[in-house]
Amino acid sequence: MLGKLSWSDIPFDVPILVGTFAGAAIAGLAVFGLITYYGKWGYLWKEWLTSVDHKRLGVMYIVLALVALFRGFADAIMMRSQLALAYAGNPGYLPPHHYDQIFSAHGTIMIFFMAMAFMTGLWNVIVPLQIGARDVAFPFLNSLSFWMTTVSFVLINISLFIGEFSQCGWLAYPPLSESQFSPGVGVDYYIWAVQLSGVGTLLTAVNFFTTIVKMRAPGMTFMKMPVFTWTVLCSAVLVMVAFPILTVALGLLGLDRYLGMHFFTNDGGGNQMLYLSLIWAWGHPEVYILVLPAFGAFSEVTQTFSRKPLFGYNTMVYATCSIMVLSLIVWAHHFFTMGAGPNVNAFFGIMTMVIAIPTGVKIFNWLFTMYKGRVEYHAIMYWVVGFMITFSIGGMTGVMLAIPAADFVLHNSLFVIAHFHNVIIGGVYFGYVAAMNFWFPKAFGFKLNEAWGKRAFWFWFVGFYFAFMPLYVLGFMGMTRRMNHYDNPDWYPWMLVAAFGATLIACGVVCQLTQLYVSIRDRNLAENRDLTGDPWNARTLEWSTSSPPPFYNFAVVPTVHDLDAFAHDKEAGIDTRAAGSDYQAIHMPKNTSAGFFIGMFSLVLGFAAIWYIWWLAALGLIGVIATVIARSSDNDIDYYVPVSEVARIENEHTRNLMAAQAAE
Amino acid sequence: MAHDMTADAAHAHDEHHESPVVFGFWLYLMTDCLIFGTLFAVFAVMRNQFAGGPTGKEIFDLSGVGVETAILLLSSITYGFGMISAHQNKVGTMRTWLAVTFLLGLGFLFMEIREFSHMVAEGNGPDRSAFLSAFFTLVGTHGLHVTCGLLWMAVVMVQSMGKTVLSERMINKLTCLSLFWHFLDIVWICVFTFVYLMSVI
Repeated sequence: MLGKLSWSDIPFDVPILVGTFAGAAIAGLAVFGLITYYGKWGYLWKEWLTSVDHKRLGVMYIVLALVALFRGFADAIMMRSQLALAYAGNPGYLPPHHYDQIFSAHGTIMIFFMAMAFMTGLWNVIVPLQIGARDVAFPFLNSLSFWMTTVSFVLINISLFIGEFSQCGWLAYPPLSESQFSPGVGVDYYIWAVQLSGVGTLLTAVNFFTTIVKMRAPGMTFMKMPVFTWTVLCSAVLVMVAFPILTVALGLLGLDRYLGMHFFTNDGGGNQMLYLSLIWAWGHPEVYILVLPAFGAFSEVTQTFSRKPLFGYNTMVYATCSIMVLSLIVWAHHFFTMGAGPNVNAFFGIMTMVIAIPTGVKIFNWLFTMYKGRVEYHAIMYWVVGFMITFSIGGMTGVMLAIPAADFVLHNSLFVIAHFHNVIIGGVYFGYVAAMNFWFPKAFGFKLNEAWGKRAFWFWFVGFYFAFMPLYVLGFMGMTRRMNHYDNPDWYPWMLVAAFGATLIACGVVCQLTQLYVSIRDRNLAENRDLTGDPWNARTLEWSTSSPPPFYNFAVVPTVHDLDAFAHDKEAGIDTRAAGSDYQAIHMPKNTSAGFFIGMFSLVLGFAAIWYIWWLAALGLIGVIATVIARSSDNDIDYYVPVSEVARIENEHTRNLMAAQAAE
Repeated sequence: MAHDMTADAAHAHDEHHESPVVFGFWLYLMTDCLIFGTLFAVFAVMRNQFAGGPTGKEIFDLSGVGVETAILLLSSITYGFGMISAHQNKVGTMRTWLAVTFLLGLGFLFMEIREFSHMVAEGNGPDRSAFLSAFFTLVGTHGLHVTCGLLWMAVVMVQSMGKTVLSERMINKLTCLSLFWHFLDIVWICVFTFVYLMSVI
């Protein structure tokens, strides 16, 4: 009846997990209680959970990403503290079975649910506004994507308390991940969580590519498109090219496990290197999927706070496109040691180094944007400058790893760990945090506290160097990754320094949470409120509407005359925000719960399939199909916002605007 | 009143915009194409990994596969006739052609399942060797797509019942399904060539 599931699968004997469960349960009950106490369930359901508004979905994505950051970071702290303790005679507090789950979960969660969700959230909040559109091309699919991502994150967290998670690293290499060596449910949790979230990611990419290609404001040609939108376009292309390969790779691994096939097994003619090739044909483009939008955000922030148009817009676009193409032909550098031979390794090594050229172009463009600009060192700019230094170092160690001969020495060592955290924290995370600080007032109508933003930056920045520079050294000293315990006395002091760095980063995370708290508390102070919609004197269209924007974004769809449309309008003295225009009724999509239910049925399907509860899996699948058909048969999906309503909202915004201008 | 007129005009104007649905569906199809492309690559790697099991030459029945191919190609033509009727707003004729397509698709699926069960019964299932794993997965993924296409076709037929005029949304759905169906045809031609023919020669 319940497949493999039994009471013995609940880890009552692991105190850390029981404590975590108690904590999560209490926090969950508190949230439930508060929502019930304030009677907000109806509001939450109608305005958020069933919303198809890209801005709200974007905010929910970022909330999801912050929760995932918390979970993934807790894993990181546990790993660092274990390695600071587990030296010589001391076994530490995490047995290998638990420790291996932690590093697998850390990587999986940070990439798929922190970084990807954060990125998708930023796409959602920014892109339609930046191109002068009223929504994305497929608002319902957007809501569906969000729920697929969310339920897969729920699924991965269920593995904490029911059963176990994968112990095979974040990419689950076979043959270790085959049922012969991993007979438990851990790898199945991994496969289902990643596959379900992959559906959401792929649909998002199709959605945003279509939105950008088909729904730009009149006059916005491709070469008048803001850089952030360009990077999203390239990133969406990479998702559409790379994610199908991931789907196949994990699908085949699943078939090996569920149906006894022989794709990657030791026997029956299976080939593990095929899995590595497939997973990295997705995995390498994936890092560029994440970092390109961060580059876009840095570009927008740098030009705004340097009070200058971006230096070399055209080269920025070409560099982004070159990186997009090159990122697809470098994947074999992840397994130079496979033995593919000097010719293959030389090709992939050189291609990898070539990526440094367009990336270098970007770094110089940002530097030249700042050069002779009136740079304002706002907290947001700190993340940009911190990024440029940190990312350059990470890029250079990447070029070192791209040398096959050097890679033979460094492969699978902590040097690799140091390198990719160097680029992912320094590039992706710093970029997303800068973007969050920059566009926060657009989404909510008030600014984030700057002092706490600076504190968060310094802790993250300094903490990063303390946490990861020792890992480069340890890599050279021969320490391999994924070790649970070691005896070498030379490594010990470096591990202590790394643990100290992780503590500093923890302070950075606390500062960020405090920043959110303080900003929300002080949101009504005059210096924090954004009544104009343009708090930074920025250049692109999203700043021409109010903050937060009305649900239809623009009462009158803007006409674009030049690159940086809003800056052009401001300089030409065109005030598109003045009310009194001849408004028209606006065509908008209606909210729908279909995405929510498809997500929930998928969760049931995934959970049941993990535990071999086949009747429940069938019910989940039928639920998914039935909801899709019901949605397809529903013709009541859109409506027109009447002119009077548009006029009312716009007049109110104009009044705020006038008051703000009078106050200046 | 004047405002309402403007709204109506805007509405009419909106309707003339090309819907992004078909464009978006094309993109989705390209990602699906990559799924098949990857599966073909996997098959290419696995094609000689027999692990002591049978080779393609020993187990493939080309005449049966030939009939399957003919049925599927024919179903693409009948779907095309259905689309012509849809554009002429002949909803009844359109449904008839879709029904013919549906039956042909069902026939294809029936033959494929018979072939599969026959192979499994003889001990040549997907767990026999890497070659057979790759074969069953590639051909099975195509079969799964055909199944989804059939389900979709049934839904569209039911949704068009009692309609005399097809809405833009309905035409879009039919167009997307049409793309999907022809796409599966193209994939099948590749399967027939690279999997069946090349294993037998």
